[in-house]
Amino acid sequence: MSAPVGRRRWRLPLRFAVLLYLALLILLPVGMVFFRAFQHGLGAAWDAISAPDSLHALWLTLLVALIAVPLNTIFGVGVSLILARHRFPGAWLLDALVDIPLAISPVVIGLALILVYGKTGWFGNWLAQHGITVIFSVPGIVMAAAAVSLPYVVREVLPVLQEIGTEQEQAARTLGAGSITVFRRITLPNIRRGLAYGVTLTTARVMGEFGAVAIVSGAIAGKTETMPLFISDSIDNLDPQSAYIGAVALCLAALIVLTVLTVSDRKRDEWHGKAQA
Amino acid sequence: MTTGVADPGQVSGGARPGDPRPGRARRGLIPHVTPSPALARAGKLTARIGGPALLVTYLSLLVILPVAALVTNAFSGGWSTFWAAVSSPESVSALQLTLALSAIVAVVNSIAGLAIAWVLVRDDFRGKALISAVIDLPFALPTVVAGLTLLALYGPSSPFHVNLAGTRLGVAAALLFVTLPFCVRSVQPVLAELDAEIEEAAASLGATHRQVLLRVVLPSLLPSALAGAGLAFARAVGEFGSIVLISGNLPFKTQVASSWIYDLFQNDELPQASAVSIVLVLIALIVLVAIGWARRRFDITEQV
Repeated sequence: MSAPVGRRRWRLPLRFAVLLYLALLILLPVGMVFFRAFQHGLGAAWDAISAPDSLHALWLTLLVALIAVPLNTIFGVGVSLILARHRFPGAWLLDALVDIPLAISPVVIGLALILVYGKTGWFGNWLAQHGITVIFSVPGIVMAAAAVSLPYVVREVLPVLQEIGTEQEQAARTLGAGSITVFRRITLPNIRRGLAYGVTLTTARVMGEFGAVAIVSGAIAGKTETMPLFISDSIDNLDPQSAYIGAVALCLAALIVLTVLTVSDRKRDEWHGKAQA
Repeated sequence: MTTGVADPGQVSGGARPGDPRPGRARRGLIPHVTPSPALARAGKLTARIGGPALLVTYLSLLVILPVAALVTNAFSGGWSTFWAAVSSPESVSALQLTLALSAIVAVVNSIAGLAIAWVLVRDDFRGKALISAVIDLPFALPTVVAGLTLLALYGPSSPFHVNLAGTRLGVAAALLFVTLPFCVRSVQPVLAELDAEIEEAAASLGATHRQVLLRVVLPSLLPSALAGAGLAFARAVGEFGSIVLISGNLPFKTQVASSWIYDLFQNDELPQASAVSIVLVLIALIVLVAIGWARRRFDITEQV
């Protein structure tokens, strides 16, 4: 780039300052967790991660993701289709309601769920009569994780749907394709990248959620503790080894997420570039 | 084709008076999709009502009902109880600290975000792609892990002998960590689209570097930087996971609003917890609505 020569004077100091900020704020702290996790050798790390409570936390985190992510994906695609393809009074309200979890502290979301599904909550009596436990058990954790990650798929898929329009879908329909075929053959391939991005963000949030799950689950070790809760609990119980190795496990999951995000982001940009060209 | 267009309005209008949404959506508005006549069949019709109904139920169970319960619960003891809960010394202190820290963090990260975006867009060096990925790390990393990383480096056993545990600076560091991507990603695309030729034109007309920066570059980045700062602020106001490990949750010192709500919940003071929650939600909502309005007003593309 043919930037004026004088600006070069600031280039290196600025680069240095930025790298220093990122190193002190993000890179060194994350590196430190890896160091601490393996500080006492691989054996100690393995013992910590293979302890029953730790394994259970990993399993529960995975289970919650396996339920909440598909649910939110279906919801996200459905709402995006409705908002992009239909105009109706109250559309803005639906749009705004979907975004609500972004504006609410996760702790507050957890609290609000307790007020509906807890023992003294709105549905508390009814649920107790039917022998359903939501709060302090897996359904509550799934609901909390799903609630906080609700907006991500919609936010990624809706703009793509609005951009691609409906010409291709109309063409397919006039050629006799049913709605399912149209969705599978036309709509889905078009929204694929945005959907991948949204689902990845959802997965990261679901697996990492702390505040909402902490309130709803009661954090019972070996029972309702997801990995983030287990990490915090281990620090409180002066068992940092378990916390650090658990954090490393979640960091590795985050690394996968990050790779998917970076790749699909680049692809998304390419796609946008093509659409504009 | 014509029957196809006319079809949905008639069918949906007559078939389900109880559910006006999709029916009205179609009438007299742009015919987005032209359904095949097959779509009018009864089975598919139930599917078309059933789908939206299920989605709204899901949204109600997870968001609408809980928020309604929160409001109801906060005012269950009347206005005076609500006010007592919100104006208790702990609540005032926690809310003040939350607002002050969030504002400081938003400002600091906006400046850092501008610098980082500048380096990412205008600078070039080996490993730049890696730096770009690092920016997104706080999005991908669970908040508790973010808190733990800071505790590992700046906690009681810090290799630098910097102990931020139980200090406001520690809380600020956690907030800086989790809000950084908002501040970078909101500015970066705008800076990338900015035409370097305009700057060169200004420079060739005799503007100094300072003038180019202050009169040309910064004004065009300001709206998106403010949007990023607003998002960071809204996020910081409700942040909990990254703070719990490093704050020590000391009342009147490091206890932020979300931690205070958590404490109230633990002590079974649900109406009080709901009341403080309402204030917190309102603050974040006001900021987000303002950003939404500003985005439409100044036509800022949504990036984060």
